[in-house]
Amino acid sequence: MKKFGKLVVLLMLVAIFSTACGAAETPVAPAETAGPFKVAVVTPSAINDLAFSQSMYDALVTIQGEMGEDNFQFVISDSMFVVDDAAAAIRDYASEDYDLILAHGSQYGSALKEIAPDFPETSFAWGTAGDTFDIPNIFAYEAFSQEGGYVSGVLAAALTKSNVIGVVGPVEVGDAKLYVDGFVAGVKATKPDVTVNVNYTGSFSDVAMASEAAQTHIGAGADVMSGSAQMVVGAVGVAKEKGVLWFGTQADQASLAPDIVVACQVYDWTVVVRDIISLVQEGTLGGKAYALSLENKGLVMSYNPGYDLPADIKAQGEAAAKGIVDGTVTIGVGGK
Amino acid sequence: MEDLFTGSVLIGLLASAIRLATPYLYAAIGETFGQRSGVLNLGVDGIMLMGAFSGFYVVFKTGDLVGGVLLAALVGLLMGLAMAFISVTLNAEQGISGIGVYLFGLGMSDLLFQKLINNVQTVSGFPVAPIPILSKIPVLGPILFTQNVLVYGAYLLVPIAWFVLNKTTLGLKIRAVGENPEAADTLGVSVAKVRYFTVTLGGVLSGIAGASLSIALLNVFQFNLTNGLGFIAIALVYFGGWRPTWVLMGSLIFSFVNALQIWVQVVGIPIPSDIAVMTPYILTIVVLVISAQRVRPPSALSKAYERLE
Repeated sequence: MKKFGKLVVLLMLVAIFSTACGAAETPVAPAETAGPFKVAVVTPSAINDLAFSQSMYDALVTIQGEMGEDNFQFVISDSMFVVDDAAAAIRDYASEDYDLILAHGSQYGSALKEIAPDFPETSFAWGTAGDTFDIPNIFAYEAFSQEGGYVSGVLAAALTKSNVIGVVGPVEVGDAKLYVDGFVAGVKATKPDVTVNVNYTGSFSDVAMASEAAQTHIGAGADVMSGSAQMVVGAVGVAKEKGVLWFGTQADQASLAPDIVVACQVYDWTVVVRDIISLVQEGTLGGKAYALSLENKGLVMSYNPGYDLPADIKAQGEAAAKGIVDGTVTIGVGGK
Repeated sequence: MEDLFTGSVLIGLLASAIRLATPYLYAAIGETFGQRSGVLNLGVDGIMLMGAFSGFYVVFKTGDLVGGVLLAALVGLLMGLAMAFISVTLNAEQGISGIGVYLFGLGMSDLLFQKLINNVQTVSGFPVAPIPILSKIPVLGPILFTQNVLVYGAYLLVPIAWFVLNKTTLGLKIRAVGENPEAADTLGVSVAKVRYFTVTLGGVLSGIAGASLSIALLNVFQFNLTNGLGFIAIALVYFGGWRPTWVLMGSLIFSFVNALQIWVQVVGIPIPSDIAVMTPYILTIVVLVISAQRVRPPSALSKAYERLE
């Protein structure tokens, strides 16, 4: 009986593991013909996270629309938050005949550094990061998220009545830190006496902590809030309940709370992916680092049509965006 | 900076701690029952995720909050039964099977979310329901009696669990099975039945713990919503020395320090955020080390029981 029991458990475990993996892999288009440009993507969170992973997924869908399904196909393994699993997936994809493999997470860098030299005929790209490791088949991409952060900060400063603004950050690294610092700079440049309270939850995915942090910010008097990473849905929920205004980043979050989302900085990776595709088609497999900015339209300020933003305040935001593009506005964050 | 520790700040922090502790309490009290009977269920987080999704789905589709909690409890019951079947009937290694249950819950809740809802949405969850009269008490009123129904439920659970474990025949049987299953068996207590009961009850409470997140506290569902909260709940059972009142203390301390570290950051006290977010965990480890010196776990914990015939 005992042996039999263990066998059954083992089989159940195998079944369970395969379910868990099956859930993560979302084949978007069948890969049959030899012709199309084929991309494989690995993302750390779900492709519908209203944040980082979704921004890349949306870009690939757009490009597929432009090029047509016959010419462009992609597969995604999402929710690969365990880096070892992601590395295994990247290696699997590399050994199949994909033209480009996107490792969409800064945590995947060291894995890519090991894998890419083993597949010199395949092109790899990763981000957010600015480093191609001097490996000829790696592209890198990042986002100057401080730019949209600054614009949102300008708007937030103009909108606050309590003169207290709260920011829920995830971990003090990468585009999240750039966004938060840019946001604070935007507020301070507009109204130096406004208090901006910032906290970091220590996680990109802890929805409960993001929610509680939002409660604390509101308790401290904030009437406008912002934040970054997929966990902010918890903070948006609290903002919605308490009628506090929200500025989003990475993806358009207006659908979550149409009444209180003022604007979101949306990452549009199509500019980057389009250029990588044309380089790969010409035979250049890597070596270039990209950055999304307001100037190259990789960063777009998306104003929520459901929120009635006064025209004079919106004009302030647009002036700040224009100033960043033509260089008359200095953010003072990340070399901008 | 001048108003660092005013009364209203402290009230805010305590109310925040009470909220944060709610999901831990449901899950940890449920796990306490299982562990007192000798079964370590590491699948709590997976059951919570399934409970969180099922509750959310019902509220998203119908707006029926009670129905949401009931479905979460039912899904928790089924997953608890599955865990009991694996660990009690099949005598499988408890640690491994619990991790299997966790991975199943993590993958399945996301799969269902992708197939049935497919984007992040918010719902109207349980509203704050101030208790008449009690909520008017100064200080305590806004902390304890101005919360939502699932929060009250979590705190009511503690004395009930204490009573059942310490003052009833059922509690005696549970403890006996966890300490010395051979002796309990000799006296005619069915080890399997008792363990089925406790593990299934643990499943139900874990399911409700998940629902307390998705339809009462956060009102949202997302991949891996619990973010490992169920594992903290298991740690809190050890922290509390397998006693409901101490599990309550542990949950409250952990949650209070968490609320405090958020607040410290929000008011701009210059402590690096990495240090701040570490403090609740460090504190828990320290207390765990100290408490491990004096409390002994149930003797038969995580040991499968096989009758000698």
